[in-house]
Amino acid sequence: MSISITLLAQLIAFVLMIWLVNKYLWAPLSALMEARRKKIADGLSASERGKHELKLAQERSTELLREAKDKANDIIAQANSRSNQILEEARDNAKTEAERIVAQANTEIDREVNRAKEELRTQVADVAATGAERILKREVTDKDHESAISDLIARI
Amino acid sequence: MATENAGGGPVEYIQHHLTNLSVGEGFWQLNLDTVFFSILLGAVIVLVAMRIGRSLRAETPNGLQNAVEGVLEFVDDQVRDSFGGRAPKIVAPLALTILLWVWLMNFMDLIPVDLLPAIASGLGIEYLKVVPTTDLNTTLAMALFVFALTIYYSIKVKGLGGYIKMFLFHPFGKFLIPLNIVMTTIDELAKPISLALRLFGNMFAGELVFLLIALLTLGASISASLLIWFPLQVVLDMAWIAFHILIITLQAFIFMVLTIVYIAMAHTLDEH
Repeated sequence: MSISITLLAQLIAFVLMIWLVNKYLWAPLSALMEARRKKIADGLSASERGKHELKLAQERSTELLREAKDKANDIIAQANSRSNQILEEARDNAKTEAERIVAQANTEIDREVNRAKEELRTQVADVAATGAERILKREVTDKDHESAISDLIARI
Repeated sequence: MATENAGGGPVEYIQHHLTNLSVGEGFWQLNLDTVFFSILLGAVIVLVAMRIGRSLRAETPNGLQNAVEGVLEFVDDQVRDSFGGRAPKIVAPLALTILLWVWLMNFMDLIPVDLLPAIASGLGIEYLKVVPTTDLNTTLAMALFVFALTIYYSIKVKGLGGYIKMFLFHPFGKFLIPLNIVMTTIDELAKPISLALRLFGNMFAGELVFLLIALLTLGASISASLLIWFPLQVVLDMAWIAFHILIITLQAFIFMVLTIVYIAMAHTLDEH
């Protein structure tokens, strides 16, 4: 019951125990728990970051999609206007071509008419000459002359 | 009560149980049983710790590791509560050692009082006191170590001058210096003494109650009175064990918390 050398023995045992508990129990386990705590915290922050990045990527993808749609619409509009333009050009070309053909035909016709007139004129002259010959072969009178001329005129 | 003449009588029975197995006389008396059992229980802690340490898993802790981690977390919380973060590195392992070791030593109280001494006497060992914390040497040794730590940290934090000033001007200011010295000295000395005596007293009393319960049928012959005493003994024993489980845990916890608090108090600069 009394205080004795046992106290010293127990004191040494106690100090040794503290050292041993620290070495084999406290130090490794608390280091492990600290590491785990850090790992969990890191994981949580990483997941938070990932979530944020995912949100950014989603925003970016919608942006890209919108841009692509805009571009496609532009291209379609452009193509439409281009096709209209081509159509217009073709129509214009056809019109000018038709006009040209018509004009050409007109000149052709004019030329034909002129040629026919020319021919006619030479024929008329021939006829006139023949008529004159015939008249001259007969007695030339004013009356005859006159009738011959009027006859000519009527024949023209 | 049971028979007075058989088995040497109750007084002798109790005295026999309260005598340490020891070598040496007077101050040089070394209580072999106290030292043996405390070292044995310490070895149990260290061996279990090493066993856990071999298969430490950070991701998937197994059962035992989980349990120990729970205890560690609990101790760490206590230290954090008292120190607010900046505790010296020794405090947490010290507190953990006290909690585990004191609890295990107290636990020896729950082993039937006559079991181990009976085995020992069978092996030719006359005396055996199995609960190290019923030896004042054990509790006082731990309390004195804690006391030494509080003095060390007091001087480290406040400086030697600050530590002496605490004796001079606490608690009554600078006009009652002689009284202050007496008061503070008593105050400081009361810490380790109360720490040691509280644990020792509780365990000693608990052991004594177990002995008294054991006395109910000590040396009783087969008779009608045994029909009354034996069931009563069983019921009382169970009740006291149930209560004592609480006490041994509580006392280990109190010893740990007070240790933390005393060392934390040593770190406070101005106690006024």
